[in-house]
Amino acid sequence: MNFDEGLKLAWQTAISNKLRTFLTTLGIVIGVMSVIGMMSIINALERHMINALSAVGGDIFWVQKYPAVQMGHLPREIRMRKDLKFKHAEAIRKRATYIEAVSGESATYGKQIKYRDEATNPNILVYGGDEHWAEVNGRYISEGRFFTSEEIHRKEYVIILGNDIVEKLFPFSYPIDEYIKINGIRFKVIGLIEPQGKLLGGSRDNLVTIPYTTFTKAFGQKRSIAIAVKARRGQMAEAMDQITGILRVARKVPPGQPNDFEVITQDSIMDTLKQFTGFIFIAAVVICGISLLVGGIGIMNIMLVAVTERTREIGIRKAVGAKKRHILNQFLTESIGICLFGGLIGVILGVVIGVLIAAALKLPPTIPLWSVFLGVGFSLMIGLIFGVYPAMKAARLNPIEALRYE
Amino acid sequence: MQTLINLKDIVKTYQIGTVEVQALRGVDILIHSNEYISIMGPSGSGKSTLMNIIGCLDTPTSGIYELEGELVHTMDDNKLAEVRNRKVGFVFQTFNLLPRATALHNVELPLIYSGISAAKRKVIAEDAIEKVGLTDRMHHRPSELSGGQRQRVAIARALVNNPSLILADEPTGNLDSTTGKEIMAIFDDLHNAGNTIILITHEKIVADHADRIVHILDGHIAEDIQVKNN
Repeated sequence: MNFDEGLKLAWQTAISNKLRTFLTTLGIVIGVMSVIGMMSIINALERHMINALSAVGGDIFWVQKYPAVQMGHLPREIRMRKDLKFKHAEAIRKRATYIEAVSGESATYGKQIKYRDEATNPNILVYGGDEHWAEVNGRYISEGRFFTSEEIHRKEYVIILGNDIVEKLFPFSYPIDEYIKINGIRFKVIGLIEPQGKLLGGSRDNLVTIPYTTFTKAFGQKRSIAIAVKARRGQMAEAMDQITGILRVARKVPPGQPNDFEVITQDSIMDTLKQFTGFIFIAAVVICGISLLVGGIGIMNIMLVAVTERTREIGIRKAVGAKKRHILNQFLTESIGICLFGGLIGVILGVVIGVLIAAALKLPPTIPLWSVFLGVGFSLMIGLIFGVYPAMKAARLNPIEALRYE
Repeated sequence: MQTLINLKDIVKTYQIGTVEVQALRGVDILIHSNEYISIMGPSGSGKSTLMNIIGCLDTPTSGIYELEGELVHTMDDNKLAEVRNRKVGFVFQTFNLLPRATALHNVELPLIYSGISAAKRKVIAEDAIEKVGLTDRMHHRPSELSGGQRQRVAIARALVNNPSLILADEPTGNLDSTTGKEIMAIFDDLHNAGNTIILITHEKIVADHADRIVHILDGHIAEDIQVKNN
């Protein structure tokens, strides 16, 4: 009896017991489905982050008070760090030689911007920056101009608008030289930022920028700033070393003590992200493993039932000349067949889920092929492992007793 | 006449709990090719045990069993399966057909285990079904067949591998007397066509179809009579 016939037999058994087969495979279906679903989500996130980061440009890094991605509770020595201030950005600007530009920036989220009777949602990101903000952040001015160092010095109420705000407040008019209000404070629009589109479903154009001096005046200065640095081409490492040195001096970090700030590069963000997705990955593997294990136990259970139910059939087969391996193969094929069937349904559902979630996050759907193979391979393995014992039990039945079984 | 089966001093002991039960206490029997033989005896006499041993479903505790020159009593399970497949055709009282398979597939079953290709199998099995006169019912399942038809399917299955002997265990036990007679007529025909047939029965009417009747009592052969000469 070859595999093909075994599969046919398994299929006949499966469809003669539709509900039972369905319930039995459910564990496998869910397990495989979640493997593929989870993997496609992780994959899509990673790819999108890579794209988003590479849009910023290669020679840029940031200095900030806290790590870029925070997982769990921060240790005390990190929580007790002193704020970064604009004077630190100034110190870098004065002393650093390996850099092209540096920009201190402060930010506050959740502001509402009003123009005449119109208002945006209270979800605008307001940056306080210096004259290098656009350059260092990889932003371009599409209309008007950026603010000057004089305007920063004089703490003028000038503002650069992101595209979302322009679309909302100035659908039919030209915004330059108009006045808008944030928290009741009037700002003169002097420039517009070129739109960048969406990242992870969130807009990247939902922002405005004002001089940092004005920012401090308007929103207070009790918050730590971030310092964005653009290194000279090919001198990223030197720039990072130099700035670390400058900041340690400026912040009076004793020699031998660790830095009391974080230097963040795109690579380090990517690493942190990978670490983060790695955790999700491990969690996914554990969850799916448990699900598949439960599925496997279900398979074993149903196969044991099948062996008991078909004791007489086994007796008949043995009487007409089936050897142990024939019976073993028959039941193994059946359990593998059921698992494979469940695995394939799981693959289909997993792909559907991956596509749906990607669509919901407005990401391109990416289903890693290896996760499909992993899912199918796993279900095959489960069928084999959990099918062996029932199949051996069937193969070992005594033909006389099996024939007599009622 | 060629010797088909040679049983010498066959003993079979079962262990039931702590009690040892001697089902066969030294059976000697010699069966030739193309014999038509009945094994009779009341229940508990050991005739089922003897059938199991002759049919290679079981091995004796001691004694020698030679089937066409092969020593069956020394064989392992796989070898026994092979011998059953090639040399023994079983017909059971309860038919023992696979309920979910068609008549044709049931008849094909022994051929599957002798590794014959699907196309060839179909031809051979159809031929066997024709011999028992069921060609028009071969795509039906056992549940769609009458008792007599089921037993015909079982006989076709027993025949399909051209076995050295056909072993029928109370073949009419679940049939009414008319159908029983039809089935016995088939066995008579098979014998006339050159097959060796061993009937296990407790019915005199059935046993009388055979040329030779062996009586088993308490694990011994009580009587071995040649009733007809052929």
